[in-house]
Amino acid sequence: MVDTAIKVENLAKRYRINTLRNQDTLASQIKTLLTPWSNSADENSDQDYVWALNDLNFTVNRGEVVAIIGKNGSGKSTLLKLISRIIRPTRGRIELHGRVASLLEVGTGFHPELSGRENVFMNGAILGMSREEIRKKFDEIVDFAEVGRFIDTPIKRYSSGMHTRLAFAVAAHLEPDILLIDEVLAVGDTNFQQKSLGKMNEVAGQGRTVLFVSHNMTAVGALCPRAILLSKGNQLMDAETPLVIKEYLKVNAAANGEARWDDLNSAPGSDKLKLRAVRLINGGEVTSDVDISKDLIIEIEFENFDEGAEILSAILLTDRVGADVLASANMHSATMQDDPWFGRPHPVGRFRTRCVIPADTLNDDTYNLNVFLQTKINHIEAEVNGALTFAVHDTSEIRSEWTGKWRGVVRPKLAWNTEFLSETALS
Amino acid sequence: MTDQTHTLTQSTDIPTTVIDAEDRLKPLDAPALWAYRELFGFLVWREITVRYKQAALGIAWMLLQPLAAIAIYTLVFSVILEVPSGDAPYVLFVFSGLLPWRYFVSSVGRGAGSLVNNAALVSKVYFPRLIIPVSSVIAPLVDFLISFSLLFPIMLIYDYSPLQPRFLLLPVFLFLTVMTGLSLTLWLSALNVRYRDVGPATSFLLQLWFYITPVVYPTFEVPENLQRIFAINPMVGVIEGFRWAILDTESPDFIAMGISVGVVGVLLVSGLVFFSYMERSFGDVI
Repeated sequence: MVDTAIKVENLAKRYRINTLRNQDTLASQIKTLLTPWSNSADENSDQDYVWALNDLNFTVNRGEVVAIIGKNGSGKSTLLKLISRIIRPTRGRIELHGRVASLLEVGTGFHPELSGRENVFMNGAILGMSREEIRKKFDEIVDFAEVGRFIDTPIKRYSSGMHTRLAFAVAAHLEPDILLIDEVLAVGDTNFQQKSLGKMNEVAGQGRTVLFVSHNMTAVGALCPRAILLSKGNQLMDAETPLVIKEYLKVNAAANGEARWDDLNSAPGSDKLKLRAVRLINGGEVTSDVDISKDLIIEIEFENFDEGAEILSAILLTDRVGADVLASANMHSATMQDDPWFGRPHPVGRFRTRCVIPADTLNDDTYNLNVFLQTKINHIEAEVNGALTFAVHDTSEIRSEWTGKWRGVVRPKLAWNTEFLSETALS
Repeated sequence: MTDQTHTLTQSTDIPTTVIDAEDRLKPLDAPALWAYRELFGFLVWREITVRYKQAALGIAWMLLQPLAAIAIYTLVFSVILEVPSGDAPYVLFVFSGLLPWRYFVSSVGRGAGSLVNNAALVSKVYFPRLIIPVSSVIAPLVDFLISFSLLFPIMLIYDYSPLQPRFLLLPVFLFLTVMTGLSLTLWLSALNVRYRDVGPATSFLLQLWFYITPVVYPTFEVPENLQRIFAINPMVGVIEGFRWAILDTESPDFIAMGISVGVVGVLLVSGLVFFSYMERSFGDVI
């Protein structure tokens, strides 16, 4: 009796940088063919390749729930895509024992014109359920999604909450032997997330093998006894989850208050927009140790290559377990006064955006800074998760009055005022 | 990715899948296709449902379109340009050509972009990619059948009877039409994943193709010495077949028909091989 569910041996995946650029058109290809003096000889040199994954080796036993963690670009998603057969490996081998279902995104194949009912069947089929299976679980799925009487309404009329709940509900009712999950827990409101987490726990408890990719360390810690840490395509660690999370936070902590991408090719972003630097300035210095009593300035430098693009800068702070702390963007409705460049066409060139987090906002703790550049709401052009990690230190006079750890995520100074209302007669 | 995956069945009933980097071209992985037959059915069903849900006039629209086309073509080519149509009335003549032609255009037109339009599926879930172009070639058959229903009243108006043995051969010619559309779709959809300019190129290609296909004019108007070259276009064989079965024209040139069938065969087999070759990198580039 084989007890292995997933066996990965010397797995490697290489990408040609060319294929990552988006300039492949038949016309350009023909032009290259017709230009014999173009330096096509260089095309196969090693520099044109990146290893998204390098020599991974691990075995997952039946019934094990294993987390794959690592920063963006560490190869987590590539690994799931390889195991789910969406892309093929450059080297190595994967052996899977059992029916596999992959949840790389909820709601794959949902069509706005189709009703909830029709989409449940469609999506179920896409995820590998048979019609019979879906029919049997249909009521349960609708119940779980809490869409009730809207089940026969086209989903283009659904709220985004209903949409994600329905999508997750279908996914949650899959019963494969091996389940691959990528970040699907980040859907819906807190209540629904809680419910989803419960459902995942239930799935994991049924003896199914689960591979779980996530940034959410709380979820990872709660669901997976074992974790594998990836960094730049390499397998750094394979051990009990608490140990791995510790290592992950250590690896992730940037040493200083600045991240720069001097080489345009490796700078995060697209052809249109590249991130060049992210800086934390506190008390006039670039630092990752922030004094709570002084303003924290987050500086984002980017380069625009798309004449006339409207660019939106956004930040997201997360705490050490990956939970959201604060999000902000330089859009009209989210700023104290309008950013002069918001909503205006940007010429080609380099820009610097500054966001000021006032003194006495964040409590003393460690935070991760995630940076996003968008050209439209919802269209992210450049994204760096965990661009910088910084610690806020409470050095102010507050500590002379209260020496313990101040509770909470934020620690603003608020207006307090007590009034004497009336005397109370003592009997 | 049919080529790198082979499913072995062990003594237990737990399926084992091995994924490796070996190069195995499997143009037709029948067991994998069979395993995903339900998804295939759903894809066809989705194409059809969505199409008719969006059209406000629904089926009426599907009847109106061919009728309008018949009217315009008859006016331009028969009344104004006086294009001959043999013994048959021009209306019936042009309709018997339009039936397969309209199906061909909509199957190739939709099929060419099918993989790219389903990029979300291709980059998130595994299944034999072949079912996407195939389902987009199958779905327009519904349109075909709806316009086909117009054939009977039109035949009756012109005193033609569908009750003849030749008429039963129509499914054979329809099959040939589907295979023609499929073979082209396989090539174009796979190319479109890598080269996004294939989409606009396809509609241009189909426009030009119309003029080298005897939809509005009869084959016998083509100069004798060009006839065989003309038949390299598989739609020539298809339309000749349709006309023969519907109009009782003199039997089609069997050599020309053979050439058309041969070309479809070559396109189809090479299309399957090309598709399975390209399929391996769909997940990387789409």
